[in-house]
Parts: sequence; C-alpha cells; structure tokens
Amino acid sequence: MNGIHDMGGMHGFGAVDPTDSEPWHDHWESRVFALTLAASRHLRSNLDRGRFQLETLPPDAYLRGYFERWFARLIDQAEDAGFIDAASRAAIDHGTPVPARTKDREPLPAEALVHVAATGRPTARDIGTAPVFAVGEAVRARNLHPAGHTRLPGYVRGKAGEVIGYRGAHVFPDSHAALEGEDPRHLYAVRFSAAALWGNAAPPGDSVTLDLFEPYLEAAA
Amino acid sequence: MNDDHQHQHPPSPMALRVKALETVLTERGIVDPQAVDAVLDLYEHQVGPRNGAQVVARAWTDPAYRARLREDATAAIGEMGFLGMQGEHMVAVENTPTVHNVVVCTLCSCYPWSVLGLPPAWYKSHAYRSRVVMEPRAVLREFGVDLPEDVEVRVWDSTAEVRYLVVPQRPAGTDGLDEPALANLVTRDSMVGTAVLPDAGSAA
Repeated sequence: MNGIHDMGGMHGFGAVDPTDSEPWHDHWESRVFALTLAASRHLRSNLDRGRFQLETLPPDAYLRGYFERWFARLIDQAEDAGFIDAASRAAIDHGTPVPARTKDREPLPAEALVHVAATGRPTARDIGTAPVFAVGEAVRARNLHPAGHTRLPGYVRGKAGEVIGYRGAHVFPDSHAALEGEDPRHLYAVRFSAAALWGNAAPPGDSVTLDLFEPYLEAAA
Repeated sequence: MNDDHQHQHPPSPMALRVKALETVLTERGIVDPQAVDAVLDLYEHQVGPRNGAQVVARAWTDPAYRARLREDATAAIGEMGFLGMQGEHMVAVENTPTVHNVVVCTLCSCYPWSVLGLPPAWYKSHAYRSRVVMEPRAVLREFGVDLPEDVEVRVWDSTAEVRYLVVPQRPAGTDGLDEPALANLVTRDSMVGTAVLPDAGSAA
C-alpha cells in the first residue's frame, strides 16, 4: 500500500539524532516489544501481516512513535483475535484495570519463546522453478501500486537497476500478509544508481541496493 | 529495568495502558509473564553487538573465515552460533578504502537482531529511514562521518528477510592485537555503517 510507512526519499523529518541510541526510552516500550513476541502464537498474524497491520494504522497513529504503534497493533490484534471486547479496549485505553477473565488458552512457555528467538524462522523455501533473471542482468522495478502489503518501496518503482545477487526463493510477503499462504518467490539483490533514483545531482558511483521479489521486476528494455 | 525506576515517577498513560493489556493477555493465557521476562533478558543481556564484533574480528584475522563470510554469511555466522530471529539470512558487506556501506530499512526497521541486538532508536527514526537512501552522505555527517567524494557509498535497504552486517575497515595500528582485543574495538554503529573506526592511538 502507498502508506506513511514507505518513507524512503521523504523530506521533512529533520536531522537524525545519533545520541538516541538505546532500543527503548521507557520500561513500557520493552514490555510492548516482549508481549508482541510472547503473544504471537495466538494472534492470527505472521511476520508479514504484522507489518501490514502497522502500515494500515491511521497515519497519525503510525507517526506517534515506534512502540506506540507496536502497542496500537497489539491491541488491534487482541481485539481481532477475540481476546478483548470493545468495553475492555476502552478500559485499556484509559489505563484502567479490566475485570478478570478466565484463562482459556495455553501461552507459549518461556523456553519455547526463547528457543524461537534464538533459532529464528527462516523464510527461504525450495521451489520448483528456475529464477527468471540472472546476476548482471538489467531489470526495471515494475510500476505497481497494490493496496495490500508489498515490499517494493515507492522510490524504486519504474526505475532501472541491475541484478547483483540471487538470494534464493523466500516466502512472498504480499501473499503471506494477506493470509494467502507462503507463495515463495525468487528474490534478487538489485542495485540502482543514486542518479537513477534521485537525479543527476546525486554523486556518481553512489548506489542503493534492495532485495526485490521476482514479481516486482521486469527485464529492462 | 527494576521496580525502583518505575516508582520514581507516576506511571505515564502509556505505561498504564500497557499494564492493563498485559494483565488481560496474561489472565486469558495468551502470554506467559515468564516468557515476556525471558525474551527481554535474552535481548537485554545475551544477544547484542558483541556477537557481530566477534564476527568482524575473526574476519580481520582469519582470511579463510573472511572468504566464507563473503561467500555465505549465513553459514559463516552460523558457525559462530549467531543466527536467530531477524538474522536467519545474512549478507556481509565489506568497507574498503574506496567503498563505504550503510544499512537501513525504509519500510519498517529491519535489523540483524541476532548479530547486533535490537536496533537503536535512531535506526527506527523517521529521519534515518527517509533520508539515508537519498542523502547518505549528509546523514553520515550527522554521525560525524565525512566521506571523501572518491569513496563510493553503497546503501542497502533491507526490504526482504535478508539482513546486512557491515564489516568495517580494520583500524591502522592494530597489527599486534589478538581477536578478542580487536572485537573490543568494533562498535555497533560501525557494523551498521554509520561509524568508521578510528585508527589505534588516535584521539578521534
């Protein structure tokens, strides 16, 4: 989707503050982070859908802050999965305790969660097709504007680049976020010259490289 | 963070909301509070940039390892036990006297957790995400890194599940140091590409 999250090349956000260098500013931020991981078993979501659920927050909510939006997503997911109702949600929004509920699930135990974090969830998959593009080939990012989740940033759409690496086939975020299965696709590292992206004022020789899925690409004429 | 800290100030509205949600999720059996504490302990005390620093120091001292890291970083980092969530598929990119690499995720905040830990706030900031792809040299100057015009800047936008580790240049004057001593010189920011390691003995 063409959302506020697609920030590459936007103006207006000011200077970077390198001294803002810790993962979180406050205790509650760390709880939101860990709650999101710990609850994932029961949230009817996945890595890609989770990203889409951030992107579909209203822009002002998205911009409120990193863990503010993680909290907004978590409460949305909890409601979506039926763990809280509208009244509970209103109470949580006011920061007031919600009447006690009955335990009806088994949470992911600590050892299992730490095991997942320590081993990861690889997204590479074997698929039966050969990659269409070769390393060294000139390609163009398609001019696509899907309303759903995609990992093709706006700033490269329609731009020409070169395949500099093949990454294997991976779970396709556009399908996975829509709960349409993993639908693995070939993934390529594609390098764009800074001048192709930003115009001739960009320093010659500088570049931006993105990992782009095969459906995002076409052969450059 | 301990209880004393929380009790120094009245809880913020966000702290109260998070507590209320955590309580509901716990009562319903959606989360195990011990799992929440355990995953925080993992990322606050066990997984962090010391992992990446060990990879870099080994690449500096062991040419065969450096070759493996170039060829297949996932396998080479896996050898050292540093794969994990948000570090399942790795690529290492090496800085040289003529090439400087810097990593970003413009669409969210993808970052190689298993080798660098959780990302610093600046990495997730809207300013960093929006600007590094378009004006990397200006952003790097804000970090105190002023690259000569003849150094090529390669920005890597982490748009899929491949995570990037920048291998900084080994500082001059470190020939006598062993691998652990070298690892101590490697900073988190140098492995993202927003810092250049100073030469040994320099005041930078």
